[in-house]
Amino acid sequence: MLSTIARAAQQPSRMASRAFVSTWSSVPQGPPDAILGVTEAFKRDADPKKMNLGVGAYRDDNGKPYVLEAVKKAEAILLEQNLDKEYAGITGVPDFTKAAAKLAYGDESPVLSNLAITQSISGTGALNIGANFFSTFYPHAKNIYVPNPTWGNHNAIFSRAGLKVEKYGYFDKSTNGLNINAMLEDIKNAPKNSIVLLHACAHNPTGVDPTQEQWNEIAQVVKDQGHFPFFDMAYQGFASGDCTKDAYALRKFVADGHQVVLSQSFAKNMGLYGERAGSFSIVCADADEKSRVESQLKILIRPMYSNPPIHGARLVNTVLNTPELKQLWLDEVKTMAERIISMRTKLRNHLEADFGSKKNWEHVTNQIGMFCYSGMTPEQVDKIKDDWHVYLTRDGRISMAGVSSGNVKYLAEAIHNVTKD
Amino acid sequence: MSVFNTVAQAPADVIFSLTAGYKADKHPQKINVGVGAFRTDELKPYVLPVVKKADTILFNNADLDHEYLPIAGEPSYTRAATKLILGDNSPAIAQGRTGAVQTISGTGANHTGAAFLAAHFKGSGKVYISNPTWANHRNIFASLGFDVQEYPYWHPATKSLDYEGMINTIREAPSGSIFILHPCAHNPTGVDPTQEQWKGIADAMREKNQFTFFDCAYQGFASGDLDKDAWAVRYFVEQGFELFVAQSFAKNFGLYGERAGNLTFVCKTPEDTKRVLSQFEKLQRSEISNPPAYGSRIVDIVLNDPALYAEWKENLKYMSSRIIDMRQKLYQHLVDLKTPGTWNHIVDQIGMFSFTGLKAPQVKVMIEKYHIYLTDNGRISMAGLSNSNVEYFARAVDDVVRNVQV
Repeated sequence: MLSTIARAAQQPSRMASRAFVSTWSSVPQGPPDAILGVTEAFKRDADPKKMNLGVGAYRDDNGKPYVLEAVKKAEAILLEQNLDKEYAGITGVPDFTKAAAKLAYGDESPVLSNLAITQSISGTGALNIGANFFSTFYPHAKNIYVPNPTWGNHNAIFSRAGLKVEKYGYFDKSTNGLNINAMLEDIKNAPKNSIVLLHACAHNPTGVDPTQEQWNEIAQVVKDQGHFPFFDMAYQGFASGDCTKDAYALRKFVADGHQVVLSQSFAKNMGLYGERAGSFSIVCADADEKSRVESQLKILIRPMYSNPPIHGARLVNTVLNTPELKQLWLDEVKTMAERIISMRTKLRNHLEADFGSKKNWEHVTNQIGMFCYSGMTPEQVDKIKDDWHVYLTRDGRISMAGVSSGNVKYLAEAIHNVTKD
Repeated sequence: MSVFNTVAQAPADVIFSLTAGYKADKHPQKINVGVGAFRTDELKPYVLPVVKKADTILFNNADLDHEYLPIAGEPSYTRAATKLILGDNSPAIAQGRTGAVQTISGTGANHTGAAFLAAHFKGSGKVYISNPTWANHRNIFASLGFDVQEYPYWHPATKSLDYEGMINTIREAPSGSIFILHPCAHNPTGVDPTQEQWKGIADAMREKNQFTFFDCAYQGFASGDLDKDAWAVRYFVEQGFELFVAQSFAKNFGLYGERAGNLTFVCKTPEDTKRVLSQFEKLQRSEISNPPAYGSRIVDIVLNDPALYAEWKENLKYMSSRIIDMRQKLYQHLVDLKTPGTWNHIVDQIGMFSFTGLKAPQVKVMIEKYHIYLTDNGRISMAGLSNSNVEYFARAVDDVVRNVQV
């Protein structure tokens, strides 16, 4: 068998022996993914003290991926139930989307009855559906304003769908906090009826969230300008540990009478990353509009992938709709969020107390969620990689999930050393 | 005033609507021959025994987590899927000029391939789909901006392949047009070209420098033999074509809703392959980031384990045999009833679907009088027939053929 392959490999195909032009000769090499590149470099490093702070996936205190107990129990239940694997409808597993909607908007939310909703390929898929929906149906100029900075993939998703991507001020480098004035100013100055992307909680990549008072101000300006709020909620429960608290902004806008759309992910808060469980929802005026909008969502989805993957949705559904599992999940989400918060506290303490850093590290504990915008410059990021074997993206973003009680002091030492001059 | 108040009600998806109609129907003899999902002789969904085993293996594997797959999918899965369609000994694989991206089942593979072509293929801008073809093909390509045309395929008079018509269209289409070819178990007609005809099709495609895009949703399901069903694809590769193959594990693994699919691409050189893969990854990242893990893990385990693989082939044989058995029985009933017309196409056609030749007015009566649900074009899914309903079905066909004007 081996010799056949070897012989075949030596004989060029009939086509190849003639002069030919390859169909793909002008296809350029695509850019390497910034975040994956970090992990790849990390893997090649043999240093025992190395740390991967690029990964946007939760790790336990031993630096291992964490499969939630609630999810494990849900898996056992599913196996027991012996379900078939028939297609879900185009908009997915109905009990899943119902539960997802309640979790986001609130069990008793008045918008639930007229909510157009579809299961999606996690958060990315939800954003993609939303982007395409706006591109096709939004009756005003198709401009979407995103915070500066935002998750790298937002630009790619929205641009591909034909939306014009603009930025509003957000991160203040001098304070490593929110530049609320710039944010309000830019949103106010955006042409009326623009689409405004808002991270519902645990802003990615900065970890900087508006306070509740600031959210109230933002809601007012958005309303004054007739803008359309597009919420991206990838970390509900994961930010503060409290699902209700993390949904404040979304629910405030809804209560204020805004028409909103929402992209929801269960990748992080249920640890379901690769199972791709998410949803996209649109608050509609009435039952008729809900019906029309859902019918158009189906038209968008069918030629993309027909119907969504059932496994992740069934797991989420089982967890959210089984009271003991739901409570277990809420506790686990709280534990994950608390572990992150404790790492922030430890990191800051080590920097200030153990290494006597003169710099201001308040932002480490002020920021929230998986990511911390450390304030490190690209040069400092390179240095911390070369000298200390600590890997993070060049914007200075640290994934706190990669920090554990075993390495937080080392990290503080490394950061101190590259930032002290 | 709602921003969406001008959004119009879109027409409901035909096939899903048909199923909804069937579900709502209370008639005791109702039959659903609409949707293409396999059913046992008890008309129940079928989770393959080997898949059940895989479910348990996955559940018991303490090392498994739910982390993200790589953007282009899990390599052990995509490689196994590519080997499955191109053959273990494919020279193209050995030469390093094949690649793959894991997709959301067959639709995702069609869409991702189409999106790539829309961005990178410098061609005529035209895509040719068979007349008829799977209902979703047109939209997949049209929604990405292609000018969708048809090539003749089904010959109503002979109820077989319109080979001349197909070849002529391939020759007459502008160079650099994309042709969607079904390598086996054509959906909806069940009519497949012979090997000789495939050779002629390949010649015509080469002459006019058309782009080959195979859509393979039924490997193993058509004849029961995985290699036989892949013959056309392997022939084209052997002939040196660059091509795409959209692969689905929905039917042959019964994984429908788990959405396990793959897009295999064959290039001329390893360098091309590398660049093409990088662009597929860029595309995938902006649409779904990375593919769903569960379904692909089942396929991965089975394809890569000799014992499970052998068991899968048995399960496949069971499914394809039941289909073939229903074809024989339906044909026999129609012959016994002396139903007007010729019916050997029922047994000559292959795969899950049969193009009965019934026309829309006849289909209407099938639904309304007999509570038998099939699509307007007369396509039936053989999987919806069983030993207990095939005679009722045959009698209904007999009635509408004799009595309904078309």
